[in-house]
Amino acid sequence: MSQTATAVSSSTLTLAKALNAGLRAAMEADDRVLMYGEDIGPLGGVFRVTEGLQARFGADRVLDSPLAESGLVGTAIGMAMRGYRPVVELQFDGFVFPGFDQITQQLAKLRSRSHGRVGLPVVVRFPYGGGIGSIENHSESIEAYFTHTPGLTVVSPSNPHDAYWMIQQAVASPDPVIFLEPKRRYHEKGTVRLDAPGRDLHEAAVVRPGAEVTLLAWGPMVRTCLDAATVAADEGRSVEVVDVRSLSPLDMTTILESVGRTSRAIVVHEAAGSYGPGAELAARITEELFYVIESPVLRVTGYDTPYPPSRLEAEWLPGVDRILAAVDRSLGY
Amino acid sequence: MTSSMSMGQPVGASGTAGRGRFEAPAASVTPMVQLVDPSGVRVDDPDFAPIAPPDQTAALLRDMALIRRFDTEATALQRKGQLGLWAPLLGQEAIQVGVHSVLGGTDHVFPSHREHGVGMLMGLPIERMFGIFKGCEMGDWDAEALRFHHYSMVIGAHTLHAVGYAMGMAADARREDARRTDGQRPSSEPGVSVVFHGDGAISEGDVNEAYIFAAAYQAPTVFICVNNQWAISEPVERQSRVPLYQRAWGFGIPGIRVDGNDVLAVQAVTSWALDRARTGQGPTLIEAFTYRMGAHTTSDDPTKYRSADESEGWQHRDPIARTSAWLRSVGEWDDAQQAQLDQDTEAFGAEVRAAVDRVPDPSLGQVFDRVYAGTTDLLERERAEALGRVAR
Ligand SMILES: Cc1ncc(C[n+]2csc(CCOP(=O)(O)OP(=O)(O)O)c2C)c(N)n1
Repeated sequence: MSQTATAVSSSTLTLAKALNAGLRAAMEADDRVLMYGEDIGPLGGVFRVTEGLQARFGADRVLDSPLAESGLVGTAIGMAMRGYRPVVELQFDGFVFPGFDQITQQLAKLRSRSHGRVGLPVVVRFPYGGGIGSIENHSESIEAYFTHTPGLTVVSPSNPHDAYWMIQQAVASPDPVIFLEPKRRYHEKGTVRLDAPGRDLHEAAVVRPGAEVTLLAWGPMVRTCLDAATVAADEGRSVEVVDVRSLSPLDMTTILESVGRTSRAIVVHEAAGSYGPGAELAARITEELFYVIESPVLRVTGYDTPYPPSRLEAEWLPGVDRILAAVDRSLGY
Repeated sequence: MTSSMSMGQPVGASGTAGRGRFEAPAASVTPMVQLVDPSGVRVDDPDFAPIAPPDQTAALLRDMALIRRFDTEATALQRKGQLGLWAPLLGQEAIQVGVHSVLGGTDHVFPSHREHGVGMLMGLPIERMFGIFKGCEMGDWDAEALRFHHYSMVIGAHTLHAVGYAMGMAADARREDARRTDGQRPSSEPGVSVVFHGDGAISEGDVNEAYIFAAAYQAPTVFICVNNQWAISEPVERQSRVPLYQRAWGFGIPGIRVDGNDVLAVQAVTSWALDRARTGQGPTLIEAFTYRMGAHTTSDDPTKYRSADESEGWQHRDPIARTSAWLRSVGEWDDAQQAQLDQDTEAFGAEVRAAVDRVPDPSLGQVFDRVYAGTTDLLERERAEALGRVAR
């Protein structure tokens, strides 16, 4: 990848392949970067995101781990204290929780507890979200647990270009990053510009300009919002789509600029609505733009139920129709 | 070398002066309970003997053949797109049948994610199992009535539930005893919880905590660690430097390794462990030594991480072939019986294929039911919105 990177300035890759290339570049750039997780070695991870990395960098830098999530995150903390930059793969969103104490109570707090003396440049990556027809515990959107925890950075790429660059920026970050990989988008292709990231890790991006209403989304829902905006355009509606990219910290500048222009906002996410990230965004927009917005900030989210059996997920997850209904409602005020 | 597996030199014998006494010499030799060897010859074990007469073993052979057929049909159904996923049990039939065959009427099973055969033998309709892998349900059968708990997809989480359940069973028995004034033992047998977990699971914190609780409270729990050598692509050596059953010793639990491809041995050892639990002697860890013949699940590709030689090496240890060879040698099995069994499994195969079509389609409205004991205004509003939309 690095040889070709200097030769060509762009490449068409799937999101999974872009992550793989990004991880490879990060490991090449800094030999303190280590990867570990369940099945990430010869198998290349269950989604093959780490394919070929162990062959390239050896079993000392790409470690297959015992089946123990608390152990994975906890030892990454210790490795980081010794100057390494561990990138930990947890296998699925639903299997993050055995490592939850280590993430929220340990990893997130050491900088603050040590009064800034100990920083932990650890990346915890995992596939998240639904839409792939999987069984229980394989489709959860659990970003709110982490965004509620001060000390963690939480980001999610929605396209291959961002996947390639954001993972490298996450690895370079001096603080722990929860890196949410939209698993239903792993196989979608896009152009990756290999010469420049385009934007910083914590910047939001207007991915489709529009005039009447702003859709705010990240990860898997960005594609769905873009699709909704296309349908809305056919119906004569001008919808702007903002890819939030970084959930913590939030780039409120870009978000408020967009909503300030359109005067209407709808947050779209897969996670259950109650106490979800949509609530945070709605509250901040309302606080800042109370006299500007022309309708309440709406939310289109997963329902307040456990994730359903996969035969129902297409109806349960926010889709184009629900987003368009919300657009109509917002414009109807 | 039929009843023990060599683990190489004792660590202490490596020549490092003075260290031997601190490292467990027990790790050097790993005795494995075996009653019928891979070629079908009865072998003796110093501590265990078959618990059932040969004429009852034909039933075990039959159960193994049926669950193998269930499993191969399910794998084929996944290939045809009728199931989203399947976790094959091929090669692990003797464990599932052997354990099931000695369960008492009050024992309760906590499966991991591969005990489809145990579920079937306990009366779970096949279509309920398929419901999970077809994406139509979460496995919400009546676990109490079946005595077969819901599946656990989070590795190891259920081992704690099994221990807690056993603690509850033991507490019930103590209360019943205390209430009795006639000095008689209770009429019903006290129950045992039997929990299956994998060799990978043994690394999870939850599983280690389950051992600790089981030991601390002497819970009537039997842990069946199905050591099929692989946790997806991770070999068992990645999980443990000592034989898995010896892990138990550090928790103060007896641990024993059984040949998981020998149904008679599994039966005998499980029966012994159940007896211990029932008579108040606490938990046991049984390591059932076997091999996952197929892929981890139908989405896995084992050629990426293990050699064909390795898998082929296990072919000759097949649990079904071994049992029928032994039964033939003692005159309890013949060609006519085999022909009948082949016919029965064939018919059963058709039943399994039909079952997949019987899985009812779920409806979105169900998702809002039973989130809580009652419902909430919010859920009712969401239900109305969702159903209004779906109806349009
Ligand atoms: C907590 C958790 N981490 C990771 C996974 C993903 N996963 C599913 S099965 C499996 C391997 C389990 O191996 P083992 O316990 O040996 O059981 P086997 O599948 O071999 O029967 C893994 C890693 C999971 N289900 N739960």
